Amino acid sequence: MEKILDVKNLQVSFDTYAGEVKAVRGVSFHLNKGETLAIVGESGSGKSVTSKSLMKLIPNPPGRITSGEILFDGKNLVTLTEKQMQNIRGSDISMIFQDPMTSLNPTMTIGKQIMESIIKHQKLPKKKAKEKTIELLEMVGIPNAVMRISNYPHQFSGGMRQRVVIAMAISCNPQILIADEPTTALDVTIQSQILELLKNLQKKMETSIIFITHDLGVVANIADRVAVMYAGKIIEIGTVNEIFYNPQHPYTWGLLGAMPNVIYRGEELITIPGTPPDLLNPPKGDAFAARNKYAMEIDFRIEPPMFKVSDTHYAATWLLHEKAPKVILPEDLKKQGQSLPNEKSRERLLKKTDKKEKLLEIKNLKQYFPIGKKQSVKAVDGLSFDIYKGETFGLVGESGCGKSTTGRTISRIYNATDGEILYNNESIFGRKPGSELQKLNQKIQMIFQDPYSSLNPRLTVADIIAEGMDIHELYTNKKERMERVYELLETVGLNREHANRYPHEFSGGQRQRIGIARALAVNPEFIIADEPISALDVSIQAQVVNLLKRLQKEKGLTYLFIAHDLSMVKYISDRIGVMYKGRIVELAESDELYQNPLHPYTKSLLSAIPIPDPNTERTRRRIKFDDKLSRNGEEEPVLREVKKGHWVACTEQEYRKFKNKDSEVI
Amino acid sequence: MIIKNKELTDEMFLPAKSRSSTEQISRPANTYWQDVWRRFRKNKAAFTGLILITLILLLAIFGPYANHYGYDEQNLSRANLPAKIPILESFPWIGFNGVDIHGVDKYKESKVSGYYWFGTDNLGRDLWTRIWKGTRISLYIAFLAAIIDLIVGVAYGGISAYYGGRIDNMMQRIIEVLVGIPHLIVVILLILVLQPGIISITLAMVITGWVGMARIVRGQVLKLKEQEYILASKTLGAKNARMIWKHLIPNSMGPIIITTMFTIPTAIFTEAFLSFIGLGLQPPIASLGTLINDGYKLLRIYPHMLAFSAIIISLIMISFNLVGDGLRDALDPKMRK
Amino acid sequence: MVQNLHESISNQGSFNDGGVEKLAKYIFSRVGYMLVTFFVIATFTFFLMQTLPGSPFNDERLSESQKERLNERYGLDEPVPLQYITYMKNIFKGDFGVSFQYDGRSVSNIIGERIGASAVLGTQSLIVGTILGIILGIIAALRHNTSIDYGAMVISVIGISVPNFVFAGLMQYWVGVRLQWLPVAFWEGFEYSILPTISLSVFVIATIARFMRTEMLEVLGQDYIVTARAKGLNGFSIIIKHSLRNAAIPIVTILGPMTVSLLTGTLVIEKIFSVPGLGEQFVKSIMTNDFPVIMGVTLFYSVLFIGIVLIVDILYGIIDPRIRLTGGVK
Repeated sequence: MEKILDVKNLQVSFDTYAGEVKAVRGVSFHLNKGETLAIVGESGSGKSVTSKSLMKLIPNPPGRITSGEILFDGKNLVTLTEKQMQNIRGSDISMIFQDPMTSLNPTMTIGKQIMESIIKHQKLPKKKAKEKTIELLEMVGIPNAVMRISNYPHQFSGGMRQRVVIAMAISCNPQILIADEPTTALDVTIQSQILELLKNLQKKMETSIIFITHDLGVVANIADRVAVMYAGKIIEIGTVNEIFYNPQHPYTWGLLGAMPNVIYRGEELITIPGTPPDLLNPPKGDAFAARNKYAMEIDFRIEPPMFKVSDTHYAATWLLHEKAPKVILPEDLKKQGQSLPNEKSRERLLKKTDKKEKLLEIKNLKQYFPIGKKQSVKAVDGLSFDIYKGETFGLVGESGCGKSTTGRTISRIYNATDGEILYNNESIFGRKPGSELQKLNQKIQMIFQDPYSSLNPRLTVADIIAEGMDIHELYTNKKERMERVYELLETVGLNREHANRYPHEFSGGQRQRIGIARALAVNPEFIIADEPISALDVSIQAQVVNLLKRLQKEKGLTYLFIAHDLSMVKYISDRIGVMYKGRIVELAESDELYQNPLHPYTKSLLSAIPIPDPNTERTRRRIKFDDKLSRNGEEEPVLREVKKGHWVACTEQEYRKFKNKDSEVI
Repeated sequence: MIIKNKELTDEMFLPAKSRSSTEQISRPANTYWQDVWRRFRKNKAAFTGLILITLILLLAIFGPYANHYGYDEQNLSRANLPAKIPILESFPWIGFNGVDIHGVDKYKESKVSGYYWFGTDNLGRDLWTRIWKGTRISLYIAFLAAIIDLIVGVAYGGISAYYGGRIDNMMQRIIEVLVGIPHLIVVILLILVLQPGIISITLAMVITGWVGMARIVRGQVLKLKEQEYILASKTLGAKNARMIWKHLIPNSMGPIIITTMFTIPTAIFTEAFLSFIGLGLQPPIASLGTLINDGYKLLRIYPHMLAFSAIIISLIMISFNLVGDGLRDALDPKMRK
Repeated sequence: MVQNLHESISNQGSFNDGGVEKLAKYIFSRVGYMLVTFFVIATFTFFLMQTLPGSPFNDERLSESQKERLNERYGLDEPVPLQYITYMKNIFKGDFGVSFQYDGRSVSNIIGERIGASAVLGTQSLIVGTILGIILGIIAALRHNTSIDYGAMVISVIGISVPNFVFAGLMQYWVGVRLQWLPVAFWEGFEYSILPTISLSVFVIATIARFMRTEMLEVLGQDYIVTARAKGLNGFSIIIKHSLRNAAIPIVTILGPMTVSLLTGTLVIEKIFSVPGLGEQFVKSIMTNDFPVIMGVTLFYSVLFIGIVLIVDILYGIIDPRIRLTGGVK
């Protein structure tokens, strides 16, 4: 195969007031013609910096490439001048960025923004450039391109903007396209469309793609080869099958194990303890050693070289050295690719939901937010479901479907516009004596999404955790209060010493656990977890999810788990409700929902989740959901039970169809 | 990377003894304000500003007692003397040798033997005493105005944002109207009615001055209300008092302090401006504004009468602006991560 | 001060695609506020006149004939509410009464005669200040964290801090009296306007330079600038096409506060340089208790200010395509 790009020992540093941060510490890889190389890693692994360095887009100062070579087309890009680079950028190598909301100039029409690079590199006259732009817009799937060319970015949705950015990137037929987390800011269904588009374009134009992402599902979908980055280094590189089915580095094991698989349901996720190292003073030896449970003495002394596993597969771990003890791949990872659900967990599930005692009943809940005088946003519009004692109810849906609003209404942050919420058969709204309200506040607790805004920066961790105890006067003296705080800290896996620290000293995952401790402090029965892991890295997500599961088992908690990440919801929930436009369109036990989705929206949502399993990804087909098509009849769809415990929003006619189909199967 | 195999001994491949807790925190334990102070101190300009403010404050308090001349002690026999300071007088180019712009030694001419550090005015009053006394009054007015602005603005903005809905709507409409009124015009009209005096000038400034603070506080509280820790506190059942004292006020301190830092120089300017257009304090009381106004009258013959008060008012304004800027940078959450 | 300016931007409303109708609605509501504001000021002024010792409504010093004339004009024998109505009617006709100082001359006449010099001075300062300020701000931002940047910021802090009357005094003394390069007073040609213009525009330059620098740095840090670089555009076209427009749009919003500072600035600067403008007249009238002129000029200034704020608000909505007007106050 023909190498189109060869990166050798690339090193990038940033000068900060605290000192030199070595963001990329010697990265070497190559890119073949026409292939897609995925670079995976968590935040701070240096993957984005690497990709920006390839085009020399690192802001200087504070960033600088300290050494290494980037060989492209017989030239070493590192030594080129800014002027020479300008001729390469956008024509030979181009880039797609993460957030389509900010990567387009808001005061310039999209047409002009695309034409700019055509005029610059292809020297076409304006009229020709405009024609080409329309062509490009059609190619990336923007309807009515002739008209849309003179629109401004804010007139497009997120997915459409990303298509514009892609059109811009491919406008000069680049040889290399660098995509820096191009789908992270998008909903899953939009994500799958964009991935599809990229694959099609690649086929048509024979472009080589470097795809930066943190999502192994996306990697399995799009990549030919994969490079795994950790603490500024590539620690494993190989073909997609080699990385997924024969990973060698313990970090790769951790990443793969930390991600729940929609198909396989394990007892507990594999976690990688701790957090990535501070690159201000990178540790001696293997940067991963401190978090590696297979770490050996040598890992703390000497940095491991790249060991060859096969012609295409290399990994940097001393475990591959001939003298190292043989470590077997963790059990759970081997199950990747098996598509049978775990029987044991299924049994457990059945047993659990047999004793049906309603804890929470939501009846026809409506939550409207007024905008202007007469209009209002119907965030939640006629929502009904029950939650049973001791279960985890998952609420999924894409952004704007009203799932977070539902959670906030239940915790009475908002006052419902209409409808009823019964907790233990008592309405949570309406006028009530203070003591009853107090009790309710104690029983229903919430865990929030953003680990940075969910803790008051001016309070110590002890004061944050004890806030609920202070409000409800759950202790008799200061000593008891502190004892309880220590106990809670240890419950969530932190140390006593952390009690007197301030939130900004903690990492995202640690903060999220402090938030959990705060909720636990008042001994709640019911916890609403509003996207508690979406802001965290995969390995950290697993820590939090495992903690939540453990707490449920120990304390008999009931959860409402709100998320957009369907694989995590599937993993943690007993039953799942799928929300669309303020209503539940389908509700069933999680296995049932995944195996036998009935509503077209659920089907499309499920088909859009990328699964971290390349073999499955290659054969899967996406199902598109069109709101207009599905609502052909006059009849308003109603939520009906088509099978025990499986509810679907459907019309009378559809209901009969589902019923029949069901009896056929049985 | 070339590593010779023989360097790698067998024991190196033994499992590592547990090294350290994976939950360790590498950052030092600093409170928020310690961090702010650390960043502020690093900002040379802002720190200089702080030192200057301290110095000027000290001089405004103790300066008038540094010599035995009273601030309203008139004596025409020593009128219009330029500045003269011991030791410095031997370096004529600095201008503290009692010689006026025409090169005449005024002290000799008037047969005065003492030293007037900043010179005297046309009535023979000692300018050093008058200027520091005036600075004291100007600062007093400015601080008083800033404090009242702060109290009214925080209360108004806080209530408006905290209760929201209809209350907010109504209160915002009032602000909208007030914002449309040119600030200084109202001040001028009020002074015309109230007659110039320390209290009336302060009140006139406050009448519209609090609006800026109210808007800032409202914006901040609205932003905070969306923060998840406020929501968390709400789900825990926190009452208003806790919400306000534990969450809202501590987290609004930054913008409030910064705004106050900019209110003070604005107030000093306004006072001086009023004096300048004839609405200032009445003699014999002096403020920086009235001193500058007096200085202007004899600018062409005795520039020293304007020079010192002008330099001091400029220094005060610059210092407060520098400190305000420095605080803004030090409190900026963007830098904090 | 800059703090407040930023605040005023974040409080801006905004338009969306359904533009024209919303824009019309927005303008309508702004005009509404403008009228209310003006009404409040006018009422306030009226009641001040009632309470002021020595105002046309209660002055013992006036001669009988003067009193009679006033009586005729304002109907001083009438009850207060009726006087108020007459007063408001007169204002809306543009009739602010007759000066005490210049017997028999109407206030509108005086304003008309005096406004010329002030307008020239104000416009010159605004133009000079804005252009120099923008240039200084851009240079500082492009040379961020270099000595040029620091220099520009030192100049701007001094420009914002040093009161304009202090600066004017300095200019008058050194450039006018000591060096004798330029005339220090009166208004007899372009060279007479140079010193006052410089003195007035210093604050404008400093404020706009700071503002522009902040905006420019903000814009230069945006993702779309990286996108533009990734397209292979050169530094110059990135600055011209992608940064300048985005950074300059918010400048419009500080033109309102700038006008106020110029307005108040003219009061002192005109006094210092003896410029026969409206500001100088205003100060003179304050000294001589010429209340009809004070009131008239006050109302005139208010209308001017309110009108400019209105224009700025609307202009901002029009030139920024992102803006979505949500109907004024949120």
